[in-house]
Formats: sequence, structure tokens, C-alpha cells
Amino acid sequence: MRHHLILRVITKLLVGAIMLFAFYVQFHGDFSPGGGFQAGVIMAVAFILYGLVFSLHNVQKVFPPWLVHKLVALGVLFYAGTGIVSMFLGYTFLDYGALVPSHPSSGQHYGILAVELGVGITVTAVMVAIYYAFAGRPPRLSDEEW
Amino acid sequence: MLVLTAIAVVRMRSLFAIAMLSGVFSLLSALLFVTMDAVDVAFTEAAVGAGISTVLVLGTLALTSRFEKPTKRSPMVPLFVVLVTGAALIYGTLDMPNFGSPDAPVQTHVGPDYLERSVEEIDIPNVVTSILASYRGYDTLGETAVVFTAGIGVLLLISGLRLRRRRDDEDEDESEEV
Repeated sequence: MRHHLILRVITKLLVGAIMLFAFYVQFHGDFSPGGGFQAGVIMAVAFILYGLVFSLHNVQKVFPPWLVHKLVALGVLFYAGTGIVSMFLGYTFLDYGALVPSHPSSGQHYGILAVELGVGITVTAVMVAIYYAFAGRPPRLSDEEW
Repeated sequence: MLVLTAIAVVRMRSLFAIAMLSGVFSLLSALLFVTMDAVDVAFTEAAVGAGISTVLVLGTLALTSRFEKPTKRSPMVPLFVVLVTGAALIYGTLDMPNFGSPDAPVQTHVGPDYLERSVEEIDIPNVVTSILASYRGYDTLGETAVVFTAGIGVLLLISGLRLRRRRDDEDEDESEEV
């Protein structure tokens, strides 16, 4: 299991950078292109790349499947929860002005950050879960056939 | 370039090369979106189309065979259907306003309203994000629910199979031990 030395070294270097870029896309989505959907996919790519190079077993130690399955639902709940919070504060569903009533536009900032975070969590978890589901099945092709 | 890649995908038999070429196709369409100033869409296309789907297709490929089986049916009927549909679509675009035309319905309906109000109401520079997450918050909640449902569906279909196979394997092991 010591083959692909270059791939392993480059992957170790890149995984951190990819995750950092995902966070940048996630939280800088207000100012530049990007948002929860793109950031979620990029974050999932970091885990999938790690899984491809260092085997599924190792990536599942970092990001165990039960946690992935919980996060799939947590993101949607987080999004809907933001709407419910604004309803409890006396505004309509998903009206983020409720979060900072004295200054509605900064309430919008917090609301957008919150729902984008929910989107990002769900997209990351779904992509990783689909990858686990496919990669977890025993392959029929051996390495030599590629 | 897009057309050439598509023709290559149709002509090839090696599924590995086809998977790679569809990634190339996605990347080229992302470039097309960039030239049309739809940077957010291009970003998504590059990340999802060229990145994740290629990996997932390769993952699926590892579960099947390496080459496509040659088909015996004549390609004329599918080709005819595709040509007619394509001609109908191109005929439909003839009536459409030119790209970037100020008279297009997209520029005269709710678009300018969002652009004017976004600055004072939401106060973030990226109008795409403010429309996506605030004005169209319900839609995005629905999209997230769609992603959620898709994930649950794949998990139910594929993880169930995996469990069953593992149980079968265990049964075989036990019978061998006996």
C-alpha cells in the first residue's frame, strides 16, 4: 500500500487548501460568486479526494458515515429552523429582518449566512454519502483492467 | 469544441474515456457560462459537473464492465428523433430576443426591481446571493429539500444492497466453515 507516492504527498498538501477554499466560497458568497451549493460540493471534494487516495476506510475514520447521515438532515433543519425563528419573532417565514429588527439589512446578512450554511452542510453530507454508498460496494474491476 | 467533445463521447466505446470526456464537456460549458457573465452558474457547473459527477461516474464504472456492448439496433430512429427535437429547439430560439438585449422579458419584468431594491434592503454586493437566499428563500429551501431527498434515495437504494450482500457473504462463510 506504499504506491502512488506523488499522489499521496500532493493530496496531503491539497486537502487543507481545498477545505479552506470551500470555507471562503461559503462565507464570502455575499461578495463574490459562490454560496452554499458550490461550497458544499468543494468541501465534499476534499473528503472524496482523501478517500480516493488513502482508501475509504481511512476517510470514514475522519468523517464517519453515521455523522454524514445526521448532517444530511441537519442542514435542511438548519435552513427551515432559520425560517421558524423569524416566525417566532413575529415576522413571516424566512424574513431575516427579524434577526436584527433595528437594522433589517444586517439581519438579512445573518439570515443569508445561516441559510447558506444549512445548504452547505446538506450538500456536503449528501455528496459524501453518495460517494460512500458507491465506493463501499466491492468493485468488480481489478486495478490491472483499467 | 463542445460539439466535437459530444461527438467523441457518442463514437467511443471505452467507458473510462467517455467518463473523462464528459468531465471535459462540463468544463467547456462552464467556460461558456463564464463568457456569458453567469459566474455563479459556471462555478456550480465546474464543481458539480466536472468534479463530482466524474468521480461518481468512475465509482459506478468500477462496479460494471469497462467497455460498452455494441448494439445491434439501427441508429436511424434515435437519430431521427434527436434531429427533429433539435430542429424544433432551434426553431424556437428564432423568436427569442438577442443575448443581452434590453427588451428581453428577463430585463423588463422583476429583474430591475430586484437590482434596485437589493442595495438598500439586503445591502450585499452579490445580487445573485441576495435573490437566491432572501427574495427566493422558499425556492432555495425547496432545492435543499430536493438534494436531501436525492441523498436519502441513493442511500436507501445502494446501502440496502450492500447490507444484503454482506449478509449473504457471512452466510457463505458459515457454510464453508461447517
